[in-house]
Amino acid sequence: MVIPKCAARPDCTREHGLELLYQMIRIRRFEEKCAELYSRGKIRGFLHLYIGEEGVAVGALAALDEDDAIVATYREHGQALVRGIPAGEIMAEMYGKANGCSRGRGGSMHLFDARRRFFGGNAIVGGGLPMAVGLALADKLQKRERATVCIFGDGAVAEGAFHESLNLAALWKLPVLFLCENNLYAMGTAIERHQSQTDIAQKGANYGIPAEAVDGMDVLAVEQVSRLALDGVRSGAGPFLLEARTYRFRAHSMYDAELYRSKDEVEQWKRRDPIAFLTARLREAHQLSDGELAALESRVAAEIDEAVAVAEGGPWEPLADLTKDVYTPQSTVGAGITQATRASRNAVSQPQVTP
Amino acid sequence: MTKMTYREAVRAGLREALQNDPQVFLMGEDVGRYGGSYACSKGFLDEFGPERIRDTPLSENSFMGAGIGAALGGMRPIVEIMTVNFSLLALDQVVNNAAALRHMSGGQVSVPLVVRMATGGGRQLAAQHSHSLEGWYAHVPGIKVVAPATIADARTMLGLALREPDPVFIFEHAMLYPQEGEFDETTPPSGLEGAAIRRPGRDVTLVTYGGSLGKCLAAAETLAPTGVACEVIDLRSLRPLDMDTVLQSVAKTHRAVIVDEGWRTGSLAGEISAQIMERGFYDLDAPVARVCSVEVPIPYAKHLEDAALPQPERIVSTIQELLASHD
Repeated sequence: MVIPKCAARPDCTREHGLELLYQMIRIRRFEEKCAELYSRGKIRGFLHLYIGEEGVAVGALAALDEDDAIVATYREHGQALVRGIPAGEIMAEMYGKANGCSRGRGGSMHLFDARRRFFGGNAIVGGGLPMAVGLALADKLQKRERATVCIFGDGAVAEGAFHESLNLAALWKLPVLFLCENNLYAMGTAIERHQSQTDIAQKGANYGIPAEAVDGMDVLAVEQVSRLALDGVRSGAGPFLLEARTYRFRAHSMYDAELYRSKDEVEQWKRRDPIAFLTARLREAHQLSDGELAALESRVAAEIDEAVAVAEGGPWEPLADLTKDVYTPQSTVGAGITQATRASRNAVSQPQVTP
Repeated sequence: MTKMTYREAVRAGLREALQNDPQVFLMGEDVGRYGGSYACSKGFLDEFGPERIRDTPLSENSFMGAGIGAALGGMRPIVEIMTVNFSLLALDQVVNNAAALRHMSGGQVSVPLVVRMATGGGRQLAAQHSHSLEGWYAHVPGIKVVAPATIADARTMLGLALREPDPVFIFEHAMLYPQEGEFDETTPPSGLEGAAIRRPGRDVTLVTYGGSLGKCLAAAETLAPTGVACEVIDLRSLRPLDMDTVLQSVAKTHRAVIVDEGWRTGSLAGEISAQIMERGFYDLDAPVARVCSVEVPIPYAKHLEDAALPQPERIVSTIQELLASHD
């Protein structure tokens, strides 16, 4: 049997190309629904949409194995969805419900799923990088061949934590893929106004870290270079810095009047929409029919309707549980050092909470 | 009974932890080749190797965060921050990750991390190297904060901290490292939490911890011949606070003086005072008094530094004023 190749990249199957398209559409429609629910008051707090940047999450996460870890930012709905956290649990978290993936304690910015090794949802810019270094250190010390992918924006590159973490990971040859989603703005400050060196991939050289820049609007390219990078990372070569050049089509958050960039610039970038780009390439090659695309959209629509229903129907955390989980319950603590550490380790690998 | 210094006690505790659990490793500035800036890990690099005794770059924020990540990944890291002064560079990781991750994730993860650091003034190191900021740490829910003041606690608290599933911060007062004392290996260690009465008395309760314990005991000794019997309470744990022990003592003595090397405004002493007011108001015969650091950046010159920090003489005069004005 000849497996049909994906028109856009010879080394990938048509089926895989369609899967990537499906994942990007899932994120796009999910977030469009979030924006709608935000304006209806169902979702509150900060809400940072990923629309326009889907190719990065979908491409990079397609290259991950199940036991790899992910450390993400506050703009992480896309990564959480692709990683397999059920859309209903994510939506319920946005609602602040107890059946949310973080029991309503985190909201949009703090999606967690320890079972899927998804370690947030970190809302201090640059704050996730040191933690990713530690997760990778634990893997190295325990001789596990797995990688940690640490996602951050171009804004984080100005933080000391970026430089400290790259140095530490390189010094100790740790298996981290540092993935910079360069959307050209640190909130409202353009990269030219916050970086003396705007070529972020160049910064890897300071630490002896191999680096690459990739077109973040091309999901297939992102996946391909992520795979190559992760091969090296997992083989013990040390960290890799990947800069995905992308653009967010929506405002920074729901409060942003977008005074810092022109409509014209946004329109220019929308012409490079990652979903439209892959759709066009698949269609040119006659690998995606109108009917298939419609079926895909309705599959996504059904999933999102279901997610909203899960969130709407979810319970509120009882007020009596407000201070629950500030500390780990003593019942999980053993009598001796070894038992206790085993208990806390189990708490990580087998989370006690199954929402 | 074994005679040892506080430094030797800390070192013995660390060594035992490294011997007992292969998941335990020590990470910090100069913990390896240098042997620890207070010599608490001297010889460990040879004994345990560079994988477990990890010298770090001067990157407090990232190696604190790496400790958190390693704990999430199943290790049992001990992070040494050379002194509390440098820990300010790591506060983001402490407050936003170590303390918050469990609750913020809906209870999915624990962060079994132990962090040790030296604290306190008294060595003419001036404003940037004399901080006592453990009270700041004790402000943050999600972590535990302890301050070993005795040889026995210096020897055993690390092992107890390693039994905790959540982050524990151990503050070792720098003036204590050379102090000598006895350690009785046959006495089982007290728990990590819970205050201890270091000297019983009936006239006034002195509430203190860490480097100020010795000063309180000295003040009590000075006052004893004058017929004033001080009860000295060593808090041991600053978060959680064992207020029951404090309140039981106040119910007996009806007077309390809190001695805390932190600055007075917004201090741990202020918190303890408030709790005595809230729960023990009718037991008091006099207002609660506080002996804290004077609100200046700690100065270099010896006479100025001495005047800025709590001293036995100031504790004595505070107690005497309290007894004289509300007899």
